[in-house]
Amino acid sequence: MVSRARRSRLSEWWWTIDKPLLAAALLLLTCGLLLSLSASPSVTSRLKIDDTFYFVKRHAVFLIPTIIVLIGASFLTLRQVRRAALILLAGSVLVLLLLPVIGYSAKGATRWLAVGPLLLQPSEFLKPAFVVICAWLFAQSAPGSRLAHTLLCTALFGLCVTLLIIQPDFGQTVLIGVVWVALFFMAGMPWLLFTVLVGLGILGVGLAYLTIPHVTDRIDRFITGSGDNFQVDRGVEAITHGSWLGRGPGEGLVKYGLPDSHTDFIFSVAAEEYGIVAGMLIVAIFAFIVLRGLWHGLKEHDRFVQLSVSGLVLMFGLQALINICVNLRLVPAKGMTLPFLSYGGSSMLAIALGMGFVLALSRKRADSYRRRPGKADARIGPLSSVPAAA
Amino acid sequence: MMSWLLTPVRRLLRPKGLQIVQGPQGDAQTRDRIILVMIGVVAVFSIIQLRLVYLANVDGSRGTIRQQGDLGLTAARPRILDRNGEVLALDIEVQSLFAEPRLIDNPDETYEALVTVLPDLDFDTTMRRLRSDLGFAWIKREITPRQQADILALGLPGIDFRPETKRHYPAGNAASHVLGHTNIDNRGIAGFEKHLDDTWLRELHASGFQIGSDLQPVQLALDLRVQHFVRKALAAAMERYRAIAAAGVVLDAHTGEIVAMSSLPDYNPNDPVDALKPDRLNRMSAGVYEMGSTFKTFTTAMALDSGKVDLRSKFDARKPIIIGRRPINDFHGKKRILSVPEVFIYSSNIGTAKMTEAVGIPAQQEFLTRIGLLSKMEGLELPEIATPQQPREWRKVHSITISFGHGVSTTPLQTAVAAAALVNGGKLIPPTLQPRGRSEADALAKQVMQRETSDIMRYLMRLNVLKGSGRRAEVPGFLVGGKTGTAEKVVNGRYSNEKRFNAFLAAFPVTDPRYVVLVILDEPKPEEGQRYATAGLNTAPVVGEIIERAAPLLGVEPDFRVRDTAILSSYRR
Repeated sequence: MVSRARRSRLSEWWWTIDKPLLAAALLLLTCGLLLSLSASPSVTSRLKIDDTFYFVKRHAVFLIPTIIVLIGASFLTLRQVRRAALILLAGSVLVLLLLPVIGYSAKGATRWLAVGPLLLQPSEFLKPAFVVICAWLFAQSAPGSRLAHTLLCTALFGLCVTLLIIQPDFGQTVLIGVVWVALFFMAGMPWLLFTVLVGLGILGVGLAYLTIPHVTDRIDRFITGSGDNFQVDRGVEAITHGSWLGRGPGEGLVKYGLPDSHTDFIFSVAAEEYGIVAGMLIVAIFAFIVLRGLWHGLKEHDRFVQLSVSGLVLMFGLQALINICVNLRLVPAKGMTLPFLSYGGSSMLAIALGMGFVLALSRKRADSYRRRPGKADARIGPLSSVPAAA
Repeated sequence: MMSWLLTPVRRLLRPKGLQIVQGPQGDAQTRDRIILVMIGVVAVFSIIQLRLVYLANVDGSRGTIRQQGDLGLTAARPRILDRNGEVLALDIEVQSLFAEPRLIDNPDETYEALVTVLPDLDFDTTMRRLRSDLGFAWIKREITPRQQADILALGLPGIDFRPETKRHYPAGNAASHVLGHTNIDNRGIAGFEKHLDDTWLRELHASGFQIGSDLQPVQLALDLRVQHFVRKALAAAMERYRAIAAAGVVLDAHTGEIVAMSSLPDYNPNDPVDALKPDRLNRMSAGVYEMGSTFKTFTTAMALDSGKVDLRSKFDARKPIIIGRRPINDFHGKKRILSVPEVFIYSSNIGTAKMTEAVGIPAQQEFLTRIGLLSKMEGLELPEIATPQQPREWRKVHSITISFGHGVSTTPLQTAVAAAALVNGGKLIPPTLQPRGRSEADALAKQVMQRETSDIMRYLMRLNVLKGSGRRAEVPGFLVGGKTGTAEKVVNGRYSNEKRFNAFLAAFPVTDPRYVVLVILDEPKPEEGQRYATAGLNTAPVVGEIIERAAPLLGVEPDFRVRDTAILSSYRR
């Protein structure tokens, strides 16, 4: 197989990649395919598609580019990751800017771009690129450069948030906002500013609630429990119906009442058919990926790697968290997919890209083995192990 | 002065305030921060796991179906028997079709399959129910075993049956107004059925005893055979005289038991679609009418009971009484001075009015109230009871018209009850649908007139059948006594010459009356080849027919020994 003796790109990749993390990602993708078998019949019956396993087949087809992107991205070096992210960010922002003109509207929002038969959601690709670039900017905010990088990063954040809000995509905005604050926090944000920002965040949510009807409606329904809470109630009903061990594959009943069972409510479908034990296992896998990523952040010495890995896994985990919380009726409904499990081409590709970046960034490098700098070698000073792209 | 607020802000805005610490201190800080983030992540994921554990312990067995279904579960009711133990009403088990809409994947398909078996299934209602998010929805109540088998054969998911009790009335229309009927949930909504619910059954059901079928049967005083005769005789008369309605009652004169009571048109309590049509009311207890000349019976009794008039009193009936614009005249005018029996058998309005004058208005009002004609009947086991109407202020004109049965509206049933008091020795006994013994009745009875008055009234009523307008009610051997009444109906505030309300009030046998029979016909038309449609021509023969058939069944023995010559020779004294 791959030998340590004969060095090749493949063997190097094999010996430096974080295998548990890769395994967890592939395990989730496999679970996604398995769950599409459960979710597809209910969706096809609702949409009056004759082929019961229509969505299984499409899911399987999407898996091929997804895995290619995942593995492919994990081969990248740090510099390549940064470049890829920069290009992707520029491209996504451009497309997002043009979206009101060229976009495709559905469900009260203009989020999609029709590329041939595919509907791409540019905001999905924006997210990993945004995190990587922000991490880089924070890492580069060296003493000499004053505020330039931090301010640039803030400006970028403002731009992205604006682009998402005009869609409107409240869920993604919250996601990006929280990840950006977390990145800033990990990069060493002063506590005072942190408090102010958290306050601003709460204020922003409050403002959105008061001014954007779509958001007001969702939150009102969640708080009062009245009105059309149909999907969310059904989600919880599916989970309780499954109980500990589930109804068995294909035996779910409540899933037929869940319109988005293959996307937003795949977790409920999983719990109904395979039991809450399976649900807990899925949550555990997500927790593992996040903690594993953060552990890399803890171990690494390169600031850029620390921040970008932490940021990417946090975003991954946060997206899963929001989706599962909606399924469990812990937060109001919002359209957010469950990473790697939900059906959906662009979301799957974008998540794979983000996870591929994580795998690439967390690969063992020569400088990863540096001793942790103690008080004794404080004089060595900052080490920016990788030359800046600029 | 604001420095406590401004200082931190200023510090924040200083270039260094936003500066991120770099270098080894920065690395260490970042690690600390990452650890904090990890703690947060662990906490949040733990909350999710706990929530899952909580949800696992929620009962998710979709138990809502049972809960919602129980609301519609129908209640057991006692059997209702007639006085001879014949079953008048009983519960039978039928299957009802329901759906569990949330289990139904394709409502359109389900509807299309069901409609092949149940063609009258309403599209909009059914589809709304099938498409809903309910755990339980009725599709069709009370279907036949054949339909059930066909639906089972369709093998539809989310479609099921539940047994229900349905009330069945083996006698059909025969006693519809007495028994009333139940709604689809087996709750009594009319007649004696509603009375059962109002008095005790509803409370029993509310306390949860819905299912047990060991309820003690309830017996009625009704005799199903007599009920049939009455209804058949009424139906025949209604057709023969083209009346819009007919009604009759057979009342036990000594106990107040209603042995038969019918009001036509009626409805089938097994399928009470017609029950709410306005012409289907129970005219016996829920309709009020100006009873017309039958009221003269009460006026005469009042006059005799007051002591101011006796059989020998004479009244001048030569000239009409003029009150206001309308002269009071006699229909069978004799234009001479009449004795009390003559006033009665010729049904003289003038004579009756003069008799009332002798008694006075307050005494008249008091007497009619005493015999229960002016107040709402109480104690009868029916919810459908009307309140009599009388003038707010009794003037002379009212007094005169009321004496011969106009100006006061009362229910036929309470007229029969009052008549029972006229012939049973003066005891006013509240009517009942349930069996009652004589001693029990006597305990309830109220003496409303002297015995002697009652005796004279029997004589007068018999005389009227032998010699007066009631001849067609005679049944040999059963000694019928009675009084006709042909009232003009009020149409648009005026008395009409065309529309009549006819009644015949009878008791038999007059020697010791056992039963009171009252028959009414609403708007009878003259028979083919006849000029008149008076009560003597149409209601009297109906009463005769009822008595002829019912009397033997009721255990009244015919007596052919009584000679009526004594009665006949006495009245012209």
